[in-house]
Amino acid sequence: MTRATAGSVGLVETQQVVLFDGDDPLVFESGATLGPVEVAYETYGQLNADRSNAVYICHALTGDAHAAGFHEGSERPGWWDNLIGPGKPLDTDRYFVICSNLLGGCQGTTGPSSIDPATGEQYGLRFPLFTMSDLVKVHRALVRHLGIEKVLAIVGGSLGGMQGLQWALDAPGEVASVLAVCASSRLTAQNIAFSAVAREAIMRDPDFHDGDYGRKGVAPTGGLAVARMMAHITYLSEESMRTKFGRRFQDSAEPRFGFDVDFQVESYLHYQGESFLKRFDANSYLYLTRVMDYFDLFEDMEQAAARLEQLDTRFLVLSFDSDWRFDTSHSREIVRVLAAHHVPVTFREIRSPHGHDSFLLEVPEYHRTVAGFMDRLADEVEHKGWA
Amino acid sequence: MGVMRPDQDVLAGLVPAGSRVLDLGCGDGALLKHLIDAKGCSGQGVEVSPEAFHAAVARGIPVVQADIDEGLADFADQSFDVVLLSQTLQSVYRPSLVMREVMRVGRRGIVSFPNFGHWQSRVKLLLLGRMPVTKALPNEWHDTPNIRHCTISDFERLVMREGPWQITERRYLDGAGNAANGMTGRAPNLLAAGAVFALG
Repeated sequence: MTRATAGSVGLVETQQVVLFDGDDPLVFESGATLGPVEVAYETYGQLNADRSNAVYICHALTGDAHAAGFHEGSERPGWWDNLIGPGKPLDTDRYFVICSNLLGGCQGTTGPSSIDPATGEQYGLRFPLFTMSDLVKVHRALVRHLGIEKVLAIVGGSLGGMQGLQWALDAPGEVASVLAVCASSRLTAQNIAFSAVAREAIMRDPDFHDGDYGRKGVAPTGGLAVARMMAHITYLSEESMRTKFGRRFQDSAEPRFGFDVDFQVESYLHYQGESFLKRFDANSYLYLTRVMDYFDLFEDMEQAAARLEQLDTRFLVLSFDSDWRFDTSHSREIVRVLAAHHVPVTFREIRSPHGHDSFLLEVPEYHRTVAGFMDRLADEVEHKGWA
Repeated sequence: MGVMRPDQDVLAGLVPAGSRVLDLGCGDGALLKHLIDAKGCSGQGVEVSPEAFHAAVARGIPVVQADIDEGLADFADQSFDVVLLSQTLQSVYRPSLVMREVMRVGRRGIVSFPNFGHWQSRVKLLLLGRMPVTKALPNEWHDTPNIRHCTISDFERLVMREGPWQITERRYLDGAGNAANGMTGRAPNLLAAGAVFALG
């Protein structure tokens, strides 16, 4: 099938819906309850008559509902605009694409910076700790709200891919396919260590106030910026940093021999840290990194095996050879468990110099693989239905 | 697209209906597609070439891109009913390792390969003094993917050396890859252009 010239979904708006409330609260895996839960989401394309063309995008740690197109007055497209749109691998002429902000996030979905109706104050650290399955519960509620019983594909990179994997195991029968890009079934000690240091930076900031910084009208900006700067190092490969910055100086040809920002790489990290403060909440960062730390998809192997045996879900697992945050061994572990339980799985390690961030970039072989997998799946569902 | 080669047809005949099949070097997935559609098998492919990988994906065949010379770490012991090695053995660097992996992962293995001991090959080498180019082995020595030529006798010796497993069924192929006639079985190492063996 030939692709039309790839285009943009154009002007889009984030929508809000209340999916759980005090009478019908969200029940967490821990037993804690929460209501109301409001969710911010966007959709692109049209749901077809038999409601079989829904593609759900799960975002990564710091993403939001704005995955594609443009908001009024903005020239900056959504964060996965190179993948989603007319003629693109997630072709909005063919699929109905949904993307929502995660539970615990800070971009329109209820999270620790939301107001607790019981106290009239921000939840802060009184927000319940939640798990991957809890994130998935909210996605599933949104899908039901949109009148969809089964999702054609769940697509996500990093933490996004983990949600897709969890969703398939939590709700066999609701998920025709999962596309998990540079994801993991459980973090390594090194992964957890990076998250731990990021959280320490936030919690040791004098403006943290045990998470109640909102009440005091401040924010642990120094800590959050450091957390972001460090995380950003892990998203790039050594090669991409060398190519982008090398040892070049920011403002002069000569070193200035001081402690101010001098190297280009320093300036870049500073910019990343500072711009992050405008859009992200420190408590959300704590909660969402913690979800990843505790995530262990196949921890109870007996239960996982029983679920895997019932699956009729197809999996596309992709990794990038320069990704060291979640390197290929993470993806291979997922493949190994799926294949051992006779779950059909397509896997590929894709060459890309851009490290973990590759999943957000237009790497041709990556996009070609996603497009090929989706085209075939959609053809089969169109011709033969879900069977 | 989708038409199987005659030798794949012979091989498919040895795969029990409904089997869980792993095809190593699955290429564009034509054989697996046939086994899934016509014999109710479930299939998983492994392929190293990116172009063949895309072709298999376009067919809806689940395929893991991997180099089987590095072993089959992604697959658990005895996790498939049948592991196929269709016209692949002669192009791997470590045939002994690959055969051990086939029989570790599969309860049965089915292997097809060209027979370098075929009389045409022998005559060409003997009379012309050059590496044979035949219907079953159509490439010149310098641009062939087949880096590990072996004869049927060589393969039998490999099985004897490596296995607790052994050859349970034998099919012989003519130069076009069709099932060879009855005469061939009397002196297969001389008369067969290729072989398909089931191992268990």
